[in-house]
Amino acid sequence: MDDMRYEAPETIDAAVALLAGAGGDVRVLAGGTDILVQLRAEMIEPALLVDVKRIPEMMSITAEDGGFRIGAAVPGAELGEHQALKKAWPGVVEATELIGSTQIQGRASIGGNLCNGSPAADSVPALFVAQAMVGVAGPKGRREVPVAEIVTGPGKTSLAKGEIVVSIFLPARPEHSGDAYLRFIPRTELDIAVVGAGIDLTLDEGGVCVDARVALGAVAPTVLMVPEAAEALVGTKLDDAALDKMAQAASAACRPIDDKRGTKEFRIKVAGVMARRAARIAYKRAGQN
Amino acid sequence: MAKIHVTATVNGDEVEFLCDPQQTLLDVLRDEMGLTGSKEGCGSGDCGACSVMLDGRLVCACLVLGAEVGGRAVETIEGMAKGEQLHPLQDKFLDLAALQCGICTPGVLIAAKALLEKNPDPSETEARFWLAGNLCRCTGYDKIIRAVLETASDMRAK
Repeated sequence: MDDMRYEAPETIDAAVALLAGAGGDVRVLAGGTDILVQLRAEMIEPALLVDVKRIPEMMSITAEDGGFRIGAAVPGAELGEHQALKKAWPGVVEATELIGSTQIQGRASIGGNLCNGSPAADSVPALFVAQAMVGVAGPKGRREVPVAEIVTGPGKTSLAKGEIVVSIFLPARPEHSGDAYLRFIPRTELDIAVVGAGIDLTLDEGGVCVDARVALGAVAPTVLMVPEAAEALVGTKLDDAALDKMAQAASAACRPIDDKRGTKEFRIKVAGVMARRAARIAYKRAGQN
Repeated sequence: MAKIHVTATVNGDEVEFLCDPQQTLLDVLRDEMGLTGSKEGCGSGDCGACSVMLDGRLVCACLVLGAEVGGRAVETIEGMAKGEQLHPLQDKFLDLAALQCGICTPGVLIAAKALLEKNPDPSETEARFWLAGNLCRCTGYDKIIRAVLETASDMRAK
């Protein structure tokens, strides 16, 4: 760490060139709320730190094709202040706003939350059900990747050397769509999810669910999509029988570990409970737009 | 190894400093500039004792590198009073004795000022959630919250 180099490029191309050209461990610095803690604890000793917050594209939220493109380094607080984004994707925004205190929200980014690769990352189940696409730049150019393909295991991503997540794209919404994210923590806030559940629903004019996605966090090495749980909701108005079936499917999909935050049994049970509650919220939101 | 030369604005004044790549803004403020009002509690973004404003956003100075603040504006507790004139929050904290040991106080004041600038009429719940990242280990939260809410009320009345 003594000879760590700090660079703050102003373009994506310059950032990619730095990341691709460097030897040794290289880290991308967005909000820094994980990296600075890891640096201090000497968990990482990078040769190069590339601060991406001087790159305008990575620091802005823009409307695109009826949806939104969120720069990977935009702090959480800015998502919460963006009224149009909050209206279209309340679940994504509420999930992101759960990350840490006001101070952390001033820095922590959605791109960082994703690339940090934590199984318990709050924004990621919400991004999964939103079918978010991730804009990646690298030495071979740009590509758009489904969010589910970025994280491959705890702390691990599919990004190749020199590649960087530039943005997250949230697509246009059909009418009568709503999303929600809930997590269980043993206190009121400022904690790491024991279980998280993201739900996205689309209803028809009569309030019948025509499309659904269910994703769970902190119950497997990566965030899990649970299509069987989603199928239990389609064709229903989320009556108790449908919610029971969905919750059972959610619990059945869990492959959690025991740790200090919760046991396997607890996580499996609570995954169903969180999914059920989040589904009700998403249903209500979907009916309102 | 080569130090990084940084020019930034701190409490309205342009400043220049040299820092190591891994040196935090908190260390720069305290060790290079002698601005020791911002405290180091945990050094990992959990306690809020080092809260400062960075380009108008509340952040933990321990989670910012000094090298990152080039061209940016930093506001610390040292800039809160205008000369001898304390900020209304500072006056109220004194009136209500909303502190015990005082280590958390600079961070609490910076965070509370940011709250009132964003929301001049916070509910108690809103104030408590906003300040949840500022830990007081003397367990003085009740007086802190009362002081913030009374200041908000006074400032609205003016």
